Amino acid sequence: MIEIRDLHKYFGALHVLKGIDLDVQKGEVLSIIGASGSGKSTLLYCINGLEPIQQGKVAVDETNVHAKSTDINKLRQKLGMVFQQWNSFPHLTALENVALAPRIVKGKPRAEARDIAVKQLTHVGLGDKLDVYPSALSGGQQQRLAIARALAMEPEYMLFDEATSALDPELVGEVLDTMRLLAEEGMTMICVTHEMGFARDVSDRVAFFHQGVMEEIGPPEQIFGQAKSEHTRKFLANVR
Amino acid sequence: MEPTLTFFSGFGINDFWFLGEAAMRTMWISILSITLGTLFGVLFGWILYEGKLTAALTVAPVLDVFRSVPLIIQLVLFYNFAPIVGLNLDAFASGVAILTIYAAALVANVARGGIEAVDRSMRRASRSLGMTYWQDLRYVVLPIGGRAVFPAWVGVALGVMKDSALVSVLGYVELLKASQILITRTQEPFLILSIAGAFYFALSFPISRYAASLEKRWAQ
Repeated sequence: MIEIRDLHKYFGALHVLKGIDLDVQKGEVLSIIGASGSGKSTLLYCINGLEPIQQGKVAVDETNVHAKSTDINKLRQKLGMVFQQWNSFPHLTALENVALAPRIVKGKPRAEARDIAVKQLTHVGLGDKLDVYPSALSGGQQQRLAIARALAMEPEYMLFDEATSALDPELVGEVLDTMRLLAEEGMTMICVTHEMGFARDVSDRVAFFHQGVMEEIGPPEQIFGQAKSEHTRKFLANVR
Repeated sequence: MEPTLTFFSGFGINDFWFLGEAAMRTMWISILSITLGTLFGVLFGWILYEGKLTAALTVAPVLDVFRSVPLIIQLVLFYNFAPIVGLNLDAFASGVAILTIYAAALVANVARGGIEAVDRSMRRASRSLGMTYWQDLRYVVLPIGGRAVFPAWVGVALGVMKDSALVSVLGYVELLKASQILITRTQEPFLILSIAGAFYFALSFPISRYAASLEKRWAQ
């Protein structure tokens, strides 16, 4: 379980997150929507400790993410993350991209890391691209490669930071399908997304962020049907 | 037969071997100083990248001095003043020392550029997989950044190899010094300098060819 309590985050004088309280249960799929600059991506970075926080607490399975005593590299193995920019390692083949972290971080033997990579690449539908370099893959394929790379660490949570925003429109579908697949398999997911269809159909809950505040959270029917907040309704009216 | 005193004699096959041997010395001093200079240069480059203020106050100005003062002045100063502080180095060791620092000063900026060439979000991605800071540097930044600045590094390496000719001012008999000795004896500067030039070319050309083929392979 991920617990976030009274989280405040500043970039210099800029107050990006203004007291976020949020629990994400095991097996839950949470989508976070909201305008650019509302702090949704920053929240993900705070959850896996890529950004320090100034106040409050984030705990993953009761481990305080930002405590000095926490082995953050160990904790991050539980938290897979997929970025807007897919960031595939250009000097490695698809297989090596996925096998690298299991090998050097988890210390798995080469053959075992390879097996994991084959399994995860097949899982995301790239089983026929094992020895291909990322430069020969489309954006959608590279993003699925990034998903496989994160899954290879056998995470318990997956964080998606606008995983489809940088893709050409015709490539969005394949990545969303992969994310759907993970959701159906019971993966705990937090998805920052602009894909309202995905948020409505796949999520258990949807959170709307507005200027650093979690304005509203609830089941998709509530957010998309009868949002309580004026800001939520206005945002949804504009994106549709 | 009347004994005659001859000051000059023609260029012979032995002289060719003499030049060949000197070329090996040029190669040896270059390999040593480029290797050491690259190791230190990468370290300094990393300090420049990570150190910010500390680096700006310590490493950066020192590197600037070594980059800006002509190599020949550095060599003569070092060779003549090092003994004053108790460093009794011969011409070879002095040459290696100065060429190493010179190469390191040049490589430092190349290396910093290499680290900067790796996108911040790429590094976050590797850290998000649980890699430590050092694993990220070793497995992600080094190969990606290294490839980005490899052509620049080859330029530095070839430059240092040619600049090693300046070690001749300390009396170390590398390729240029050997040519000067032979020119004095044979009075055939055109021939000898052409041969010396051909040796320099023979040393650099395989490096640039090999570098080009590496780059081609990486581009795939």
